Amino acid sequence: MSALPRAHELGVIGCHICGLVCRDAGVEDAACPRCGAELHRRKPDSCARTWALLVAAFLLYIPANVLPIMRTVSLGDVDDNTILSGVIELWVKGSPDLAVIVFTASIVVPMMKFLVMTTLLLSVHRGTNWARTQRSKLFRLVEFIGYWSMLDVFVVSLLTALVQFGFFSQVEPLPGVVYFGLTVVLTMLASMSFDPRLIWDCKDEDD
Amino acid sequence: MSLPPSSTEHAQKVATPALLICEYCDTVHRRRPLAYGEVARCLRCQAVLERHQRIGVNGMFALVVTVMVVFVQANVWPIITLGLNGEQIRTTLWGIIVMMWKEHSQVVAVLAAGTLFFFPLCKMLTLGWLLAYGRIGRRAPGFGRLMVIMHYINPWTMSEVFVLGVLVSIVKAHLYFDVKPDIGVFAYAALAVLITIFSGIDVRQLWDKIPEQVP
Repeated sequence: MSALPRAHELGVIGCHICGLVCRDAGVEDAACPRCGAELHRRKPDSCARTWALLVAAFLLYIPANVLPIMRTVSLGDVDDNTILSGVIELWVKGSPDLAVIVFTASIVVPMMKFLVMTTLLLSVHRGTNWARTQRSKLFRLVEFIGYWSMLDVFVVSLLTALVQFGFFSQVEPLPGVVYFGLTVVLTMLASMSFDPRLIWDCKDEDD
Repeated sequence: MSLPPSSTEHAQKVATPALLICEYCDTVHRRRPLAYGEVARCLRCQAVLERHQRIGVNGMFALVVTVMVVFVQANVWPIITLGLNGEQIRTTLWGIIVMMWKEHSQVVAVLAAGTLFFFPLCKMLTLGWLLAYGRIGRRAPGFGRLMVIMHYINPWTMSEVFVLGVLVSIVKAHLYFDVKPDIGVFAYAALAVLITIFSGIDVRQLWDKIPEQVP
């Protein structure tokens, strides 16, 4: 046994919900004695679910970027904004610092999530030993920053509610924002269904 | 600071609070009391296992009550005021949600209502309920089930993102209009600070801090 024993080596299971250390009875549908949640060593069908959610999120991310998310009507002048053109507008007209924040939340974070989750899934499939600590850290980062992508959805909602001056000025949400909101939710679900324990499940050689 | 792993004899009991399993890599650690400000990290993957909890049940209850008061303010008062030619529009959170629904973005309306209103509300009320009983050393009715529900709600509360959204909206609208932050936004800012304080608290400690009473 290695210096750092893992749960299955000691015949115990950590409850995924409440964290209680339970003895592994070896039965299929054991429940946690403390919180009543089902006990399992790994999240069920983790890879398949994560792949499915990730692919779905990516498919929705395409219309989210291509379609405009917001229409600004000003004295009959109609202007449709996509996520990227909104960032550019902020950069050019007002504050580059906020443009950077919006760019990070709406483009960098989702792209990073796609890349990181794909990397994690592929490396788990291959069962590689490569950079496990770093991969584990990447997963925690994705988990932590994931929901900040909702920023643009809230901005569009706020502006829609605010700017309602009839003919003079109006802001309307366009379908892009719906796709984007769904992308964020799906990527969050994807990172929740991924089991980071799988990263460490390959054979130890360097321990 | 990391803890050395334990041997097998501890694993024989059904429930073993002396052990701690890293939820990121399944490594078993022996639990050790933490001193002020200490954080226990997993030796294998460096994830945080446990933090020293300086805020007890009473402190948490006080925090939850504060959050509730601030949350009510944040929802009652308008968040941003916008003026054009003497006309003024003030908007509240529910104004935003209703407007998105009317503008054919029902999905967004539901997302906003959930992440900014219902989930935070559920979390606060649940926590308040559990802690109110916890203060007198008892487990509230439905303790176990509510703790599980809270575990699932937790990632879906996004009030702090909304605060940043308000900031960006003010700057964006400022390009064309006369915008002013209203009282609601200060309530949201206070809420964001309180949420940050709360993020250091592991709610799961309540399982240990409020023991099951023997009937």
